[in-house]
Amino acid sequence: MTPVKLRVNGSTELLELDPRVSLLDALREHLGLTGTKKGCNQGACGACTVLVDGERIVACLALAVQYAEREITTIEGVGQPDHLHPLQEAFVREDGFQCGFCTSGQICSALGMLAEHRAGMPSVVTPHLTDDEIALTEAEIKERMSGNLCRCGAYEGIVGAVQSVAEEMSQ
Amino acid sequence: MRAFGYVSAPDLPTALGAVAAGARPLGGGTNLVDLMRDDVERPETLVDVTALPLAGVDELQESGGLRIGAMVRNSRLAADRRVRSRYPVLAESLLAGASGQLRNMATVGGNLLQRTRCPYLRDHAAACNKREPGSGCAAIDGIHRGSAVLGTSEHCIAAHPSDMAVALVALDAVVEVQSLRATRRIPLAELHRPPGDTPHVETDLAPDELITAVELPALPVARTSRYRKVRDRASFAFALVSVAAALEVRDGDVVDVRLALGGVATTPWRAREAERVLLGAPATEETFRRAAAAELASAISRPQNAFKVELAQRTIVATLRRLAAERADDAEGGPA
Repeated sequence: MTPVKLRVNGSTELLELDPRVSLLDALREHLGLTGTKKGCNQGACGACTVLVDGERIVACLALAVQYAEREITTIEGVGQPDHLHPLQEAFVREDGFQCGFCTSGQICSALGMLAEHRAGMPSVVTPHLTDDEIALTEAEIKERMSGNLCRCGAYEGIVGAVQSVAEEMSQ
Repeated sequence: MRAFGYVSAPDLPTALGAVAAGARPLGGGTNLVDLMRDDVERPETLVDVTALPLAGVDELQESGGLRIGAMVRNSRLAADRRVRSRYPVLAESLLAGASGQLRNMATVGGNLLQRTRCPYLRDHAAACNKREPGSGCAAIDGIHRGSAVLGTSEHCIAAHPSDMAVALVALDAVVEVQSLRATRRIPLAELHRPPGDTPHVETDLAPDELITAVELPALPVARTSRYRKVRDRASFAFALVSVAAALEVRDGDVVDVRLALGGVATTPWRAREAERVLLGAPATEETFRRAAAAELASAISRPQNAFKVELAQRTIVATLRRLAAERADDAEGGPA
């Protein structure tokens, strides 16, 4: 067992972990933060997406011991039932979920993605790689969100939710 | 997953010492952790190298190229302004790979050492000479739609999965490798080994060596370069065929060219036969077709992946045609 100091949603948690424990399992099984979902457990579905120092990663392929002292944000740190984040409100408004299993990953991923876009990072569908301003078109949102699968197929609502919040944030 | 020891390396000597003692370097973990969970990789000890001061992209003052630290993450390298303007094929190849989350984790060094996505590598019920040397190759007479047609042997037809490495091999990248014994530089084109009769030996690295950097030479032709990836779905899928190409045309003739292929070969494949046909020849559709045919002449295909031979040729032609047209547009649009 290895002592690991995890900083999650603004709190510091001291854990004793086997190095095999993934960040995903540390969050869910050791800290009780079950908002982050376990889907494929091999990096392919995006359900376990969390933010580390503001950047999105999949927690299933991350060993918890690797993420000591980093600022981890899970869906519980994004909003609460009585105080939703604007993106969570947009998911409700735009019909962005059905079963909801992928939703926390979608929202964390979208927050990371919007930050990447604000930082001027291109995607593979960006028309001109060297442009300073990249329009956040529907094609850009779909490509940048392609790491998150929704088996219900609520993609249109998800794109709509991301689009509306991106517009709000840029106004 | 089997138990393993874990150490984190704050500096290079610590990391090199751990690797010399048998530890496996752990970068973003996007491939290694997954393979450990499937019991394909069984390291006794991992040394986390992500904290090493190897996360910078620096100008090479003498040659005018770029030095990319092995811990630079894929997303950061793709976003680097110098890479986007001077080596667009590299930025495009990175952005065509994996998902946003995985690109934020994956490192340059780890990307070069990722293992094939041939399904039999993970299938403990099937033969795989990469997983169990001498057990045979289930892909040859099994599911091989994604397998290689170039550089194969009777012992292995697994395709190399990296997009980034295809762009890097086209750009004449050089890999810097360090151990406690020495530092050496390997042209990327020589890092990966064709399977031959030892498919489990995938690279030229010794067990105690760590990739510390990748160097890109100054390469004016790379400013006109593209990465084109053909896959089963529009995003987040491995290549069936990919083409990394850089082209310089003057007075209608090809005066400089770099071409490499992904998805079709056992290693990141520099298309030297095609380059030979192209260099000095008129930049026409006919030349592009001839070059593509020359490169694929040595292909050995099987029933499910025979389509790749034609698809690779068409993708080469389409990529070169587009680069030639972009070049012409630039010329008409005024000073470059």
